[in-house]
Amino acid sequence: MEQRQLTCIGCPMGCPITVTMENGQIQSIEGFTCKRGETYARKEVTNPTRIVTSTVRVAGGAAPVVSVKTAQDIPKGTIFACAEALRQVVVSAPVAIGDVVLRNVAGTGVDVVATKAVAAAM
Amino acid sequence: MHDVIIVGAGVVGAAVARELSRCRADVVVLERFEDVCCGTSKANSAIVHAGYDAPTGSLMAQLNLRGSQMMEELSRELDFPYRRNGSLVLCMSEEDRPRLERLYQRGLANGVEGLRIIGPEEIHAMEPNVSDNVVAALDVPTGAIVCPFGLTIALAENAAANGVRFQFDTTVTGFTREQEGWTVHTDKGDLSARCVVNAAGTHADQLHNMVSGQKLHIIPRRGDYYLLDKTTGGFVDHTIFQLPNKMGKGVLVTPTVHGNTLVGPTAIEQEDRDCTATTREGLDQVAEKAAVTVKNLPLRQTITSFAGLRAHEEGHEFIVDEVADAPGFFDCAGIESPGLSSSPAIGERMAGLLREKLSLEPNPDFIPTRKGILNPQGLSFQERQALIREKPAYGRVICRCEGITEGEILDAIRRPLGARSLDGVKRRTRAGMGRCQGGFCSPRVMELIARETGMDLGDVTKCGGQSRLTVGKSKEGV
Amino acid sequence: MKQYDLVIIGGGPAGLAAAVSARDAGVENLLILERDRELGGILNQCIHNGFGLHTFQEELTGPEYAARYIDQVRQRQIPCLLDTMVLEISPDRVVTAMNRTEGLFQLQAGAVILAMGCRERPRGALNIPGTRPAGIFTAGTAQRLVNMEGYLPGRKVVILGSGDIGLIMARRMTLEGAEVQVVAELMPYSGGLKRNIVQCLDDFGIPLKLSHTVVDIRGRERLTGVTLAAVDENRRPIPGTEEDYECDTLLLSCGLIPENELSRGAGVSLSPVTSGPVVDESLETSVPGIFACGNVLHVHDLVDFVSQEAAAAGAAAARYLRGERPESAAAIPVRAKGGVRYTVPAAIHPAAMAEEQVIRFRVGDVYRSCCTAVYLDGERVWRKKRQIMAPGEMEQVTLKRADLLQRPDCREITITIEEA
Repeated sequence: MEQRQLTCIGCPMGCPITVTMENGQIQSIEGFTCKRGETYARKEVTNPTRIVTSTVRVAGGAAPVVSVKTAQDIPKGTIFACAEALRQVVVSAPVAIGDVVLRNVAGTGVDVVATKAVAAAM
Repeated sequence: MHDVIIVGAGVVGAAVARELSRCRADVVVLERFEDVCCGTSKANSAIVHAGYDAPTGSLMAQLNLRGSQMMEELSRELDFPYRRNGSLVLCMSEEDRPRLERLYQRGLANGVEGLRIIGPEEIHAMEPNVSDNVVAALDVPTGAIVCPFGLTIALAENAAANGVRFQFDTTVTGFTREQEGWTVHTDKGDLSARCVVNAAGTHADQLHNMVSGQKLHIIPRRGDYYLLDKTTGGFVDHTIFQLPNKMGKGVLVTPTVHGNTLVGPTAIEQEDRDCTATTREGLDQVAEKAAVTVKNLPLRQTITSFAGLRAHEEGHEFIVDEVADAPGFFDCAGIESPGLSSSPAIGERMAGLLREKLSLEPNPDFIPTRKGILNPQGLSFQERQALIREKPAYGRVICRCEGITEGEILDAIRRPLGARSLDGVKRRTRAGMGRCQGGFCSPRVMELIARETGMDLGDVTKCGGQSRLTVGKSKEGV
Repeated sequence: MKQYDLVIIGGGPAGLAAAVSARDAGVENLLILERDRELGGILNQCIHNGFGLHTFQEELTGPEYAARYIDQVRQRQIPCLLDTMVLEISPDRVVTAMNRTEGLFQLQAGAVILAMGCRERPRGALNIPGTRPAGIFTAGTAQRLVNMEGYLPGRKVVILGSGDIGLIMARRMTLEGAEVQVVAELMPYSGGLKRNIVQCLDDFGIPLKLSHTVVDIRGRERLTGVTLAAVDENRRPIPGTEEDYECDTLLLSCGLIPENELSRGAGVSLSPVTSGPVVDESLETSVPGIFACGNVLHVHDLVDFVSQEAAAAGAAAARYLRGERPESAAAIPVRAKGGVRYTVPAAIHPAAMAEEQVIRFRVGDVYRSCCTAVYLDGERVWRKKRQIMAPGEMEQVTLKRADLLQRPDCREITITIEEA
């Protein structure tokens, strides 16, 4: 039996939720006040994911870097691998919002896309 | 061999350099920091004291009065901010009246003009925020305020324009007496000069003691200050003093030449000659003591607090002379308050001594005036329009709090002895000195410094040395 | 002097939404003045996601949210002057501004919308003792350096203040390879969103120390360390609880202050609580024809509410320009009571209000299991149960116009928190 302590992020209540797991199966979820808390806890212990936002270098642009995000959420465990992969990326200006700057980041199957337009340097 | 090496580019070193540049002489100023005005000169009360406080007959009294008399004319010659706002020394209890009276008598004896003792009614008419408990005050119409950065930088720039060379980032490590003059050892190699001027502020005793058997002992006195937002401008118009005590002139409340309100200092003796860290106790003490003389002080409008060191020498007297047992070595030591006020007179006296010692000839090319960084806020609408048409950089505001434009910052970087750091730009232009304390403008100023000097933005510092503002480009890994 | 019906000061989220709404309400001749090189304001450096759930029903990053509004402004061909600093606004709405190309110039505006945003509280205003080395940044300055200039401000970080920007920067610096050692918060609760505490701190094992502050700063040239201490209920450090941290960077996320220097110059009355203008239901300030919205009015938690408020200001300015002004009686004051720190608006003209008027406010403490309530004089007309309210989140109540019209003698509207 394993217990996981979580803080619900649904509202300022921040309910402390305890999830009891056994062999990877949820045995019980306790401490939530509303349905959102339960849903959050279930997801967070079985398949926690995050959108990762960062920047990548731009070559020949009006700005030295451009902001980016993972197009979908990726497994929480791959956040650092994603950040690491973005260190190597250099995109050429001009960049448009939604341009893919890196495909299948860290083997997640998710692309990283630009979130800002960067014009070519004057 | 140089004629004179001046050690220290604070207000005293700069004043000596400028006065000396009236003569034909090869003068070098050595400064351990990256810029002028980095020690005591940058963190003080910014007051031009009238000269009533120093013991009658002392060199301190003489140079204070002379400096105070020179300052206004100098501010016109060298174009730095100065205002004769007048001072009031408050007496808060009947028991202290004799001390106020003595101060008045001393002021008269020292030659200070226009002194009067005035009563509460007149005080409150002049300064409504003075405490209701005030019983009398010494009205000192010749008291004034000055921009200490403006003064020091102006003196140094003018000295440089007249041929004095400044060498920064150079620490003096020792002296060797030679047949004719001195070898000055530094971390950047040796230099030699016929005469040396020691203007090393809180370190002046250390330099002196390297060459003389008659030891000096400087005990740094730290003063903590609060600087309030310009929205408090007009809280007081005069500089409001307490009666002086043996540790100094007490906590004052004063407008600055730029319209802020300055409150402080404490007088805390410490071993460390460079540490200007403020302390909780120090800042609390300032607040407590200021509350004695003024009411409803808006300390909530504080935009920064800081501390400075005064180079207090045990004898409490300015030492501006050739060292008796070290010919050709001249001290400007023990220059504590009223050092800023006295600096033009210290420069004059020291230059006189050197002129005599070295039989220097007048410099026929001496340029007595210097133009400061143009402040577009002082121009009329039409003048400002014309300026921007000619130089568009004056149309781009970089520091929004103080309204400082790119044009002013470029001027600060490009002029002789130009700024190379964020603090250098700040002291010359006030960019970053306002209520957001550089939150918005510092990345922009960093960009301008990088662009103008050719250095990488990552190498731009706050104040030289190891004070880099960033540690590298993002994405480079750590 | 050039004439404009409407001049909007600021091209961030508030200014953009106000411009779009004013144009849609029929204001043809309007102009946005923006001091930065591009539109979008602070959103340009807020590269994290979580913006726009209310407005667009999707989670956008700051630059994406800004781009949506910039597109709307472009589609409507609303003119903007970039890199343009407004120096002064006179009470009769003469706007003095400056840029490189036009120089110094003046505009006569029929109406003005203030949308200048806010600034961060700097170290100096916090009175933290110690030295003044390089390496101390407000979180937003560090955010700009990392996200827009591409430079890392430091490698070993302590953060003071658990406002959202501080939390976001804890994660951001971590992802760039810096070590964020701790976030200290003076108050016994965080000023940030729970989601940010979990996803920016907990995800990376960064401790949050509540009721702690920085009591000393060390280092002459670059920061070398800070001392944290626990504080008592009066927020004074408790001797003996000091703990030293070695670090090269201290980030400050200790509150935002509306930037109202221009407003003050125009003679606009400011609230001592919000530091923003006092406005009525039309978001009109004490100076006729000058409106305010967004963070210059009061600091918001979500940009979606900034956009909503700004749209209301744009529409109200349009009504003002059409001459639709309430001639009727004086405004009814809105009083903040019982833990409600302030309200926006602070006064309501019943004749000018919408059918339903949203009143926004913040609370001064954490309140659990309580109610927000609206009173017209002594009579309660609205009440809603709330599980929790916290100072970090903006709250709102709704006032119905019908309720006010039924009570023509009403002299005071009160917003309060009461026991459930």
